[in-house]
Amino acid sequence: MPETIPADSVGIVTPQKLQFDQPLELTCGKALDNYEIVYETYGELNEDRSNALLICHALSGDHHAAGYHSMEDRKPGWWDIAIGPGKPFDTNKFFIVVPNNLGGCKGSTGPNTINPETSEPWGSDFPIITVKDWVQSQARLADALGIEKWAAVIGGSLGGMQVMQWAIDLPDRLEHALVIAAAPKLSAQNIGFNEVARQAIMSDPEFHDGHFYRHDTVPRRGLMLARMLGHITYLSDEAMRAKFGRELREGKINFGFDVEFQVESYLRYQGKSFVDRFDANTYLIMTKALDYFDPASEYGDDLSEAFRRARVPFLVVSFTSDWRFSPERSEEIVRALIAARKDVSYTEIESAQGHDAFLMPNEAYQETLYAYMKRVEVPAA
Amino acid sequence: MIRVDQEIIIPWMKEGSSVLDLGCGDGTLLRHLQESRDMHGYGLEIDQVKVISSIENGVNVIHADLDAGLNQYFDNDSFDYVIMTQTLQAIQRPDHLLQEMLRIGREGIVTFPNMGHWKSRLQLGLQGIMPVTRTLPYAWYNTPNIHLCTLKDFEALCERLNIRILQSRMVNFAQKSSTLIKLMPGLMGEIAVYHITRG
Repeated sequence: MPETIPADSVGIVTPQKLQFDQPLELTCGKALDNYEIVYETYGELNEDRSNALLICHALSGDHHAAGYHSMEDRKPGWWDIAIGPGKPFDTNKFFIVVPNNLGGCKGSTGPNTINPETSEPWGSDFPIITVKDWVQSQARLADALGIEKWAAVIGGSLGGMQVMQWAIDLPDRLEHALVIAAAPKLSAQNIGFNEVARQAIMSDPEFHDGHFYRHDTVPRRGLMLARMLGHITYLSDEAMRAKFGRELREGKINFGFDVEFQVESYLRYQGKSFVDRFDANTYLIMTKALDYFDPASEYGDDLSEAFRRARVPFLVVSFTSDWRFSPERSEEIVRALIAARKDVSYTEIESAQGHDAFLMPNEAYQETLYAYMKRVEVPAA
Repeated sequence: MIRVDQEIIIPWMKEGSSVLDLGCGDGTLLRHLQESRDMHGYGLEIDQVKVISSIENGVNVIHADLDAGLNQYFDNDSFDYVIMTQTLQAIQRPDHLLQEMLRIGREGIVTFPNMGHWKSRLQLGLQGIMPVTRTLPYAWYNTPNIHLCTLKDFEALCERLNIRILQSRMVNFAQKSSTLIKLMPGLMGEIAVYHITRG
């Protein structure tokens, strides 16, 4: 809990919600007849509505990217290091919009909201959503907010994938693209990890084919396992060693299967606390969106051909110890952008934090974002 | 600020052409080429701080190690010019990189400190010590300049690699060019500037 709100925080924020009644045709062939999107905004929209940034969240993220919901909050939003007055995404200069993606579980229409046809939670009947669908739904949100063109679209990891899709699908509706710790598509290893996570959830007897809400239960063990596995892939070997080493909770080995090493305790804690704040069906949907993301597939498997449609300069950022989406994956993006003769700057930030580095304070990283955002010129609010 | 050797090469490149700048530093030259010569291009830079300066300078900069090769980023014949100012001498394999430059670019421009300058020759030849000069300000044990050469050495390498020299200039820091340099370039030139292409 913050005793006082830090000066560079956006302060206490309140999520907002918009209802959309025009059906959204989805990539999977189904449609959402109507839906709601929950979002937060920070800063003020300027007169000609040209200073808006869209921030896209990753797998377990949501619309609460900065500030606090109440003075009782233990932690600020997930990207508070980057968003706020005087921070790289400066709320004195920009109007920042962060939606909760469709299929999410924090208020936007998703598996844990009511399916109007059955008057029950959607559960596993919720359609598979793709990154392309998110981009379309975010464009509808932009329309509703009167934002014709984003000054920049920004995201890390799965969020970075949405940025690329924006630049390809709606090239006239953004001025800059910031793609952080992302990949142009998942590798077999990435998909493999996702599949183990999904199997953990779906094989939990409490999953009930995705309709666990009916049974007033949740697949706790499965979702916890999925999160524990995911968490290992977000950290680097080095970061885990530095944080836990082989430290024992009781200082000695007990020759049993209870928690002995600190790292076990940490992973169990992360897994358990995730169950309380996340929905198992959303986890399945998000991992599928990751697996299916492949913008080159619509352009003869040629990523540079896909990027030829883009009209904006890119900033691409990777982190040295990220093995989930390694620097090599960002270099594939950069290569394709150069081949398409697009403006791009790329930096590989030295960090021991693994994939999670994109959420952590790091001087070179923050300086990079500052330097780039200086190029995003907008009239004052 | 644009350096002397950079000033010389600017008019060597056609307006509106494409350029790749290897070791672009804070992006000053690229920015100049973009703004006053209508050129489009990218810079490569290994140093994190300089990469950030380049980003702030509004140029396209790729954070990369030239010694790791350029293959993962650039196709054959993808630039009009590949330039490298005052970087060749710090590269692991200058011969490989020169060939890479002319694989990617139709023409190359290279500038490097001339190890055959009379001051260097005097220090090594008479004093018997490794030269420390304005263009080579480091001691032997901490210098990043691991592959120094003279004009003769460079031209011999070009011949071996079937690289054609389109033009060259020798300059020194103070007065750009002088009669002495024109008479005895290998002895009087501090910085060598070469414009090359495939033979």
